[in-house]
Amino acid sequence: MDLTLRVWRQAGPDSPGRFETYAMPGVSEDMSFLELFDVLNEQLLADNEEPVAFDHDCREGICGSCAMMIDGRAHGPEKGTATCQLHLRKLKNGSVITVEPWRSAGFPIIKDLAVDRSAFDRIVESGGFITAPTGAARDANEILVPKEASDAAMDAAACIGCGACVAACPNSAAQLFTAAKYSHLSLLPQGQPERYTRVVAMVEEMEKYFGSCTNHGECEQACPKEISIDFIAMLNRDFVKAQFKNTRLSGQRA
Amino acid sequence: MKLDSHVPEGPIADKWDNHKFDVKLVNPANKRKFHVLVVGSGLAGASAAATLGELGYQVTMLTFHDSPRRAHSIAAQGGINAAKNYRNDGDSVQRLFYDTVKGGDFRAREANVYRLAQVSVNIIDQCVAQGVPFAREYGGLLDNRSFGGAQVSRTFYARGQTGQQLLLGAYQALARQVHLGNVDLHTRTEMLDLVVKDGRACGVVARHLITGQVKSFAGHAVVLATGGYGNVFYLSTNAMASNVTAAWRAHKRGALMANPCFTQIHPTCIPASDDFQSKLTLMSESLRNDGRIWVPESGTDTRSPDQIPESERDYYLERRYPTFGNLVPRDVASRASKREVDEGRGVGPIKNGVYLDFGEAINRLGRHTMEERYDNLFQMYERITGDDPYKVPMRIYPAVHYTMGGLWVDYNLMSNVAGLYVLGEANFSDHGANRLGASALMQGLADGYFVLPATINDYLAPLLGSPAVGTDDPAFKAAESNVADQTNRMLSVKGTKSVDHFHRELGKIMWNDCGMARSAETLDNALSAIPALRDEFWTDVKILGDGESFNQSLEKAGRVADFLEFGELLVRDARDREESCGGHFRVEHQTEDGEALRDDDNFAYAAAWEWKGVGEQPEVHKEPLTFDNVHLAQRSYK
Repeated sequence: MDLTLRVWRQAGPDSPGRFETYAMPGVSEDMSFLELFDVLNEQLLADNEEPVAFDHDCREGICGSCAMMIDGRAHGPEKGTATCQLHLRKLKNGSVITVEPWRSAGFPIIKDLAVDRSAFDRIVESGGFITAPTGAARDANEILVPKEASDAAMDAAACIGCGACVAACPNSAAQLFTAAKYSHLSLLPQGQPERYTRVVAMVEEMEKYFGSCTNHGECEQACPKEISIDFIAMLNRDFVKAQFKNTRLSGQRA
Repeated sequence: MKLDSHVPEGPIADKWDNHKFDVKLVNPANKRKFHVLVVGSGLAGASAAATLGELGYQVTMLTFHDSPRRAHSIAAQGGINAAKNYRNDGDSVQRLFYDTVKGGDFRAREANVYRLAQVSVNIIDQCVAQGVPFAREYGGLLDNRSFGGAQVSRTFYARGQTGQQLLLGAYQALARQVHLGNVDLHTRTEMLDLVVKDGRACGVVARHLITGQVKSFAGHAVVLATGGYGNVFYLSTNAMASNVTAAWRAHKRGALMANPCFTQIHPTCIPASDDFQSKLTLMSESLRNDGRIWVPESGTDTRSPDQIPESERDYYLERRYPTFGNLVPRDVASRASKREVDEGRGVGPIKNGVYLDFGEAINRLGRHTMEERYDNLFQMYERITGDDPYKVPMRIYPAVHYTMGGLWVDYNLMSNVAGLYVLGEANFSDHGANRLGASALMQGLADGYFVLPATINDYLAPLLGSPAVGTDDPAFKAAESNVADQTNRMLSVKGTKSVDHFHRELGKIMWNDCGMARSAETLDNALSAIPALRDEFWTDVKILGDGESFNQSLEKAGRVADFLEFGELLVRDARDREESCGGHFRVEHQTEDGEALRDDDNFAYAAAWEWKGVGEQPEVHKEPLTFDNVHLAQRSYK
């Protein structure tokens, strides 16, 4: 099939950017979208042009490295699919495809399509964990976790930290990422002792980098793991509750 | 050089406990006086850095990823083994130990494997406490599944994303330590040299991948947890950036590389489709719980699989290995598939695969149950191939997946270079010549959470009061200029061929001559082809851009340059080992029915190679492997 790529090129964070157009004739429909960029980069090298910089690694949709805005949609047209798992058979022969980096002030551009997503690490560092120093754990089966709760936690924990939710959001909010990490831990019995300190810490850290959520729901549509915005409701509810929760009383049974 | 494995005395079941009592300790207030560098943020590195930070050491973590969470452990699918015996099916530490030694075809160090089996149970406890959402029964207890090479169900899993969930657990523990200031995290920072002074590892030199800045890091000890070298084959299930560089540069500074020819070919991957293929995708071994592997009896059968009646299908694993059936270990399953394809019974447009069929399981269990167990894998398969495995069988073929060889370490996980520790896939010690499924995650976390934090104090305690060598020391300056020189040398070639071209060519040599079947002839061929390709690389590689900015071709060039040296060692090791064992199959050495034929009299040793220079014959040092607790036997899965 024949495709034309319009790719955002930007030499560095402070350099001006521009779109460059590249013809990609005769590419196989079995190719993945990133393999298309491999071919493009070989072409560019042959023409003495610098290859396009883009983050990628596992190419199995799990590491969360790849991040391309394809025709205005984070990770492109196929639902529940990261860029690396998008194959050309899902695109129309002859089409012109615009490829940009994630667009958010919280993700500064490094070069071309590569952006800096370290703000996500800061959010996790602020409270996205359960304090459980190595060696202190009791037998795993002493903690009963209802299957439904475990499954719901896993639904949230499936987040790959790619940042598509931020890129898709008109406010550049990171609510879905933060909510996914928060809910994964706070839905489990092990996560209860730190639940309310966690929610405050994570939300405050998130707001240093990202915009506010106004429930557009674009994030859920863009998420390659189809994580539900129900988790945002949980995050918001717990954040409100945390404001007047007396955590000194939280050791009591209901 | 005499290799001392430092395996403690005493009965195997008591060795680890005795050793923990015998090692020197560092008191809690003194721990902060020691600085430890951890390179790599996968399961082994993240768990080690987090645990050392919790203990009170000052830790610096280096990773070339943009976040520790991206390390390739994230992609492990199926599960993690532990001898919990929650299924009441006869499992025990002894049985996990036995299965692992046997599965490794008797080329692992018994004492290390026993310890691995012992701490496996602590890993599950630790991960659950951290909030890893393992699969559960309706009553709230943990669920298990089976994996190859075992007749018990001891594998814990989190859907098809077990590696992801375990890594996130370790990453979160690490993040907590970063926040507390106990771990200093440096992302997009690639280790390019090891600094050794007076026989001790005292730091590393790294390049920042965005700014190109070359920087030194000093510490009392250096921990490498930098993964395996499967990408020497170009096409593998490894992530694109997985490489041998950190281990190889340490090797060139004196660390011995052991058993590099022990590479694992995973039987169930999606077959390659064309030249543009950049990597291969694994389909988890867990699928062999419910999938049945077959080929048409006749190689000329062109019917679609659903049109081929049962009587004309050959379920060759079930036929040849009735006891283990579709759950034979990976090396056995891979060779069996290769035989079917080589003999012309392969399926698919270029006849390079076999069927993995879920039809029977879907009929028996219903689609819903199958979705619960495997949906993410089925979806991944559908995205890549365009075929729906709920309707048609998957097509699969073996691919390079894991490497059992690695830097030589003793029982304490210290290499022959004092103060240099090696964890996880990067070391050689636990899996012998073949790793069992769901054991890589177990080993990475055992090393990081439990083994290293209990052994590193033995090395550090006597160093109390001696400051780390400063980064202004001539040893650091020499390593820095070595790194800068190599960068400049690569950029100044200004040839005509891309880095990927050389990587692909190397991969072809490795796969054709040193892949699933190896012979003296093919290995000799590789031994002449690789140096020629390496020479061509250094005279004709083309890298645009400079060394002072984000330059992904330059990063990759350094890794491929190392593969071009390392590949030769791997082949040499395979040439030297005149036997077949596990993933190392020499066609000259096979039983009458085509199984691997070991030579215990002459090859029951770990081959640890010493670097002598580019193109020079390396020197081999042998660590004899003794089997006092598992009886040496021809492996049988019939």
